[in-house]
Amino acid sequence: MRLDPHVSQSLVKALLWTLTGFTLLILVFIIVDISVKGLPQVTPGFLSQDPTDMGRAGGIFATIVATAYITALAILLASPLGVGTAIYLTEYTREGWATRIIRFGSECLAGVPSIILGLFGFVLFVMKLGFGWSVLSGGLSLAIMVLPIIIRTSEEAIKAVPRDYRTACYSLGMSQWQTVTRVVLPSALPGITTGIMLSVGRSLGETAVLLFTAGAALRTPVSLFDSGRTMAVHFYILAREGLSMPNAYGTAAVLVISILLINVTAYTLMQRLMKRYS
Amino acid sequence: MHREKFIERTLLLLALSSIGSLALITIFIFLEGFPLILATGLKNFILSSHWAPTKGHFGILAMIISSVLVTLGAMVLGVPLGLSCAIVLAEFSPKRLKMVLKPTLELLAGIPSVVYGFLGVVWLVPPIRNYLGGPGLSLLAGSIILGIMILPTVISISIDALTAVPDLYRDGSLALGATRWQTVRRVVLPAASSGIITAIILGMGRAIGETMAVIMVAGNALQIPTSILDPVRTLTSNIALELGYAAGRHREALFATGIVLFIIIMILNLSATLITRRR
Repeated sequence: MRLDPHVSQSLVKALLWTLTGFTLLILVFIIVDISVKGLPQVTPGFLSQDPTDMGRAGGIFATIVATAYITALAILLASPLGVGTAIYLTEYTREGWATRIIRFGSECLAGVPSIILGLFGFVLFVMKLGFGWSVLSGGLSLAIMVLPIIIRTSEEAIKAVPRDYRTACYSLGMSQWQTVTRVVLPSALPGITTGIMLSVGRSLGETAVLLFTAGAALRTPVSLFDSGRTMAVHFYILAREGLSMPNAYGTAAVLVISILLINVTAYTLMQRLMKRYS
Repeated sequence: MHREKFIERTLLLLALSSIGSLALITIFIFLEGFPLILATGLKNFILSSHWAPTKGHFGILAMIISSVLVTLGAMVLGVPLGLSCAIVLAEFSPKRLKMVLKPTLELLAGIPSVVYGFLGVVWLVPPIRNYLGGPGLSLLAGSIILGIMILPTVISISIDALTAVPDLYRDGSLALGATRWQTVRRVVLPAASSGIITAIILGMGRAIGETMAVIMVAGNALQIPTSILDPVRTLTSNIALELGYAAGRHREALFATGIVLFIIIMILNLSATLITRRR
């Protein structure tokens, strides 16, 4: 017996929508569970006090500082490299073997799992260069991790700037570099910011890389050579060693909500840029 | 003129940073791990499951099998779920709804892997232990969590593949009297197949390389699993669990494990790139 095509279509559609709804439900569930159990823990004191008794009590201040420190360093290192790469790829060269190699490198780098980056950062920065478990080793390793994100997003943003803008500049006698710095980059800035924000989001949640490069010391890091425990690493240790369920949920809430806010803002910025030039 | 040339050179130098980093990563992982593979013999390394690093036994077969099984398990859950979302968003939902749903689903990608692992321990492991048996921390728990974690990858690449199919194809099929679903199944999906395969391969890469979530939910027992309720230790978990205290040959063995993982991931990524390029 054959089902009527319209009947089978309705059945399939119902099934597909159910599965899509189920996927959305997973997301909602994650956010609700973390918020409901975590947000009540997030008091001003939780954010401003250092952890005590291995994290069983106290807040997460030291880990916020370490996270900000390491993330800022990673972004500072990766942004010029990433934006520079994007400018080179879009403005200074034609498609050819050079662009192919550069794109291939960036694509492969994006696929390298974080544990491999952790191994690499550990052997090169921590051991061979002697930086030890430190903010510096962690920042350098994270910089490599987010480089592909910045390259891809900046390239997309620069490509979205209309050809006409450049033609107008050249007809005014501007050099290529003047065109790039005075016209193209300012126009592409929202998109480049998106890439940087996405990188911040990615850095906030990273654990495997930092466990072996930045270490897990619970002091507030001051020098670049101090070890620092980021929020994600702290959360991992709290959860895995069962130190404190409430503090684990509180840390997760801060982590997840900041990442989601950053990602939503980044997405909105990019949408606005694309709309303006399409 | 001279200045422009200088700027171009500098930018090229910056642009080589990604491929340069990739080269450095490859070189350092191989330098650290390869001597051990040579000393142990490739066959003993990847075809023995006797891992006792302090006694000089470095066989990673159990971990390779565990990694493969946990990844396959993740595909069983993640591919149908992810493809359904992609088909709904690309073919069956009004444009406005798609504009909201797509970025919402992409938020799943932003949730840190430690959070997935933690929620797995809280919500998934106890019911598995209570209703299905075993320790709860298991191949099954790892597969389910990884299946969810690969969703964003599978969904967004599949959507791109589906939307890249020209509307002419759809119109032609609909004009012949086919229903929308018949059109999707017989025309759109076959036309988008290479992109969808790419999505699946990249999802596999994500699953096999994932570390923190798997450590938290999969139980980490060193064995070749005989049931989906058995605890397993994957290649990635093994590296992360032991790197903290390993020294000497033991540490080299972990880098050698890294080489195996790196090669698997590179093969997956390369095949994904090749499939995309052919299209």
